Amino acid sequence: MNPITHEKLAAYAMVPPGPAEWIRVQLDTGGIAAGAEGVLEAIRNKRDEARLSLSVHRVGSVGYSYADPVVEVQSAGMPRTMYGRVCPGVAARIVQEHVQQQRLLDDHVIATRKRSTVLGGPITQILVKDTGTGSSDKTEFFQFSLVEEMRRRGVSDRVQVVRALDMGLYNEGVVVQLLPSAVTYANVLAPDVARIVSESLAEGKVLDDLLWSDPDLQTRIVLRNCGEIDPDSLEDYLRNAQGYQALGRVLAGMQPPDVVAEMKTSGLRGRGGAGFPTWLKWQLTANQKSPQKYVICNADEGDPGAFMDRSVLESDPHTVLEGMMIAAYAMGSTMGYFYIRAEYPKAVERVQRAIEQARAAGLLGKNILGSGFSFDAKIRLGAGAFVCGEETALIASIEGKRGSPSPRPPYPSVRGLWGHPTAINNVETLASVPAILLRGGAWYAGHGTEPSRGTKVFAVTGKVQNAQLVEVPMGTTLRQIVYEICGGVLDGKEIKAVQTGGPSGGVIPDKHLDTPVSYETLQQLGSIMGSGGMLVMDQHDSMVDVAKFYLRFCVDESCGKCAPCRIGGYQMLQILDRISRGRGAAEDLNTLRRICGAMQKASLCGLGQTAPNPVLSTLRYFIDEYKAYIEGGPSYARKMSRLQTGEAPKENLKVAATS
Amino acid sequence: MIKARINDLNVEVPEGTSILDAARQVQVRIPTLCKHKDLLPTAACGLCIVRNKGGNKMIRACCTPLENGMEITTHDNDIVEVRRTTLELILSNHPMACLTCGRNGECELQSLAADFNITNETIKRYVRDVPADRSTDSIVIDFTKCIKCGRCVQVCQESQSVWALSFLERGINTRMAPAGDIVLSESPCVKCGQCSAHCPTGAIVEKDETGAVWSSLMDEGKVCVVQIAPSVRVTVGEAFGLPPGTNLTRKLYSALRRLGFSAVFDTNFSADVTIVEEASEFIERFLHKKGQLPLITSCCPAWTDFMEKRHYDFIDNFSTAKSPQQMLGVLAKTYYAEKMGIDSSRIYMVSIMPCTAKKYELSRTEEMHASGFKDVDVCLTTRELARMLKQSGIDFLALPDGDPDSLLGDYTGAGTIFGATGGVMEAAVRTAYFYATGKKLEKVELEVVRGLQGVKEGTLNIEGTEVRVAVAHGLANVEEVLDKVRAARREGREMPYHFIEVMACPGGCIGGGGQPYGVDDERRRQRIAGLYQDDRDRIIRYSHENPEVIRLYQDFLGKPLSAKAHALLHTRYTARPLYKR
Repeated sequence: MNPITHEKLAAYAMVPPGPAEWIRVQLDTGGIAAGAEGVLEAIRNKRDEARLSLSVHRVGSVGYSYADPVVEVQSAGMPRTMYGRVCPGVAARIVQEHVQQQRLLDDHVIATRKRSTVLGGPITQILVKDTGTGSSDKTEFFQFSLVEEMRRRGVSDRVQVVRALDMGLYNEGVVVQLLPSAVTYANVLAPDVARIVSESLAEGKVLDDLLWSDPDLQTRIVLRNCGEIDPDSLEDYLRNAQGYQALGRVLAGMQPPDVVAEMKTSGLRGRGGAGFPTWLKWQLTANQKSPQKYVICNADEGDPGAFMDRSVLESDPHTVLEGMMIAAYAMGSTMGYFYIRAEYPKAVERVQRAIEQARAAGLLGKNILGSGFSFDAKIRLGAGAFVCGEETALIASIEGKRGSPSPRPPYPSVRGLWGHPTAINNVETLASVPAILLRGGAWYAGHGTEPSRGTKVFAVTGKVQNAQLVEVPMGTTLRQIVYEICGGVLDGKEIKAVQTGGPSGGVIPDKHLDTPVSYETLQQLGSIMGSGGMLVMDQHDSMVDVAKFYLRFCVDESCGKCAPCRIGGYQMLQILDRISRGRGAAEDLNTLRRICGAMQKASLCGLGQTAPNPVLSTLRYFIDEYKAYIEGGPSYARKMSRLQTGEAPKENLKVAATS
Repeated sequence: MIKARINDLNVEVPEGTSILDAARQVQVRIPTLCKHKDLLPTAACGLCIVRNKGGNKMIRACCTPLENGMEITTHDNDIVEVRRTTLELILSNHPMACLTCGRNGECELQSLAADFNITNETIKRYVRDVPADRSTDSIVIDFTKCIKCGRCVQVCQESQSVWALSFLERGINTRMAPAGDIVLSESPCVKCGQCSAHCPTGAIVEKDETGAVWSSLMDEGKVCVVQIAPSVRVTVGEAFGLPPGTNLTRKLYSALRRLGFSAVFDTNFSADVTIVEEASEFIERFLHKKGQLPLITSCCPAWTDFMEKRHYDFIDNFSTAKSPQQMLGVLAKTYYAEKMGIDSSRIYMVSIMPCTAKKYELSRTEEMHASGFKDVDVCLTTRELARMLKQSGIDFLALPDGDPDSLLGDYTGAGTIFGATGGVMEAAVRTAYFYATGKKLEKVELEVVRGLQGVKEGTLNIEGTEVRVAVAHGLANVEEVLDKVRAARREGREMPYHFIEVMACPGGCIGGGGQPYGVDDERRRQRIAGLYQDDRDRIIRYSHENPEVIRLYQDFLGKPLSAKAHALLHTRYTARPLYKR
């Protein structure tokens, strides 16, 4: 590839959108695990067989993990459509039915959340789904009713009625979306069918009483290109995602302090969990007088259930690289490292390719875009230690030492990698940077709340209907995230709590779910924002077991350097284990609290300081459960464990156990 | 200067001073189990937490520098409670074997538990069962007693550059162990014992051989004789509450005689012999151009081991003279036995050394059996001697002064300073100057090689020729000196030095791995001062003027570097690279 210049970048900014007809297969690790590679192959085969000209390519993941493998189609005469839970058979049908016969497939369409309130033109398809949690699914009944009603009115050959996989609305009764405009009706009842057909279909009128006019709760800034572009293609990034436009703008017209100032305006805070202001971190590093400075992208994502960093690196590696380059320019650094955990081979592969492509295009190397700014980046693999996400341990790991934290000060911004000033930013933080520089800090600060600005990506998992990535402005409530975006609790059970912040976080009980999410509010509730893992727990989950699960993780991952964490964690786990087997004693709760206090206050790094959080927060909100285990003894413990595994209680078990 | 307040007291300290050190200035002791004055903070134990006004976290005093305007609280109920719980946690991971531990009564963990008045176990104890490492003759590592403070690892890696010890595994299973999980004897360990001198607990101790000595003393068939290393006389008093540097030479003579030794010798005597041999060797190489320069001293067995493992390109530079310990051993079983008419096979030679590597030296090579027997039968460290004295019921400090046995007992000021860094060089220069010029040095003290600086360099003039010397202590400092020589070799330049002295332990033997616990630079200075005072107090301060040394050569060896001297007093070195490619 010839070197990219400012002129070329300017030309890319002008080019019209790519080809009009395409099929995108979302191939991140999650998609691949669900069989997306087979889907891609099936689509290509079918396309070639049918001698179609439309382009079929891989993209990253939009984040709908629950629906993997996900395929998106844009073809002539059809609205842009996303299909979920696609197998090779369905893939072939997509080519045949959707592309060739211009008919949507039943049961796989994921309705768009970019809903409209005006019809604009004739309706071509109707999506329908019963989103209620009632005992019977009325989707097919309404599909049939709509078809019948249209047939009666003689419009059935014009409009296809399709059962959707997901409407993006939950517990809103029967939901109907009219395509291509995406006008959406919720809580549709049987008598409404006739009106939809007679007024909306025939007369082009929007039924205001049914209309769902609330905007989508999500705002995609970090994930803006995920699922939109081919992560392996620099060309795609340049052409279709305003790729390297922010870097071009920075290098052409901004001094490093201007960049820091823009970041300050944006209010962006570190997305790795601690929420340290990003501009300040850059400023502190920029202030150091040193011929060598480093910028490190911390991609050692390790919280159980968290996968947003992986998804971003796999779906949009160039954005993270661009963010890193802008950070480096702002701080006067010439070398960057991606510290990626080795368990993310796909992310490593794609970032490596992105680096090579950027280097070949002159975007990495000496005198980038003729600006005099030089920078290069390398990848270092994390060998599987959670604690290496901690800054000083991460640096030790890159230096080839044992990955143990060391005391701060000196902070990495003063003495970091190889003794040089170093700024360490999380993947999500860096991915936000190009958007901020492109659209302005003030624009970014317009999202979210004071003092938590912008958006945050959460990986919502656990007992939730739709496990997926969610990007919402700060200030969105937990309940909105769980119920309105992710469809609520699995199997219609009741929610008990949401765990945030991974092993360093805590549980937030049902009664606090209306709290707007921000660094501060979560902390007040005894949890933390963390990197963005969010685990939903239902009424049958034992909170003692939850505490045990997270604590065990930290005990396994403790580097063993400092006594409070090394021994405290282990001893707490022993006590929790005793309690969960019904062998606890009343004074155990006191000892637990005492050890929690010592660990929080006397541990060297964040891992140890926060490891007691899951225990403390469950003690805070669910003390009765602990007491029930202690008072109920082993028989209670057995009953609880059967409840969780879903086994029916067996009354004679007690006899069997004692005989 | 930094101005701040600690416990409402004003403190003013230089920038960069830790809160821990600053607190000492206002008579506040913040407890710690991991921070050692010699070492950088590892921040491992978590006991030194303090609070800064306005801060919501507790901070570690060991690794946090005091800043202007800080208002530090070192003790309040919260802080003490957290410390107590942390200490209880450490104890819950430690075997309660105090009464049978090598550190009983001298253990930092034990005394802290007493300070905190911990009288019951509220946290169930868990100690991983890992067998002790007894693979060397010098050091025993009891992994179960390790509190993972990291001192030994740091001293082994950073101060000594040996890299024998490291941390393995993680979490509760974290353990200090030879890197690669091998036994210590197969590791790069040079047995310097600095790990044991810095360990806060009984996890690393010298291999105790007092039992063997007791039974030999009781054995009528054996003629037990003993030698005392230069540095032991100024350190053993610490085990009895005396200030470091107190010279107890003559009380030691009495005490050892009371213990039952038939003859009490002084390693200072053989230090003088070493100087005579080594200075002659230097003259051979320097004036007569026979052999390579720089000449490098070889009396430190840890250094010798380190050289053979890691720096064997310097074998030809090594002085072939044995260490004073071994010289005295072989002379006792040959010269002394002959003169006194004792059957050499009956002589049982015990050495009292400041050093754990000296235990290893006893069987280093076959030359250590030059007398036809094991030249030195057993080596005790200063700490073991102190224990024996306490067991014996002898009121050590109240003893009358005694004298050493003749033939191998008289010593000069040059011999006694062997125990301090720079001492061997200084003693050698005193004699070498005389050998080269036939004149005595005008100023007997060689100040440039004294003091605790890691590498000391100096020049002196011998008959118009400049002699460049270097003195290094602490093995990490040695490598710096060796690299300079290597660079000169590579580039064909003139050697930067003619004579190099190396001692493995910081401060030299007075800071040895077998010395009483609690060493730091202040103590090292006091101990060294004791030796230099002993030097000043001696009438004779030149090794070659030692009348018993003169007699030894007249009656037995002939002259320095004679064939007999070579057979008995010299050794060889072999490259023993650890990691073969």
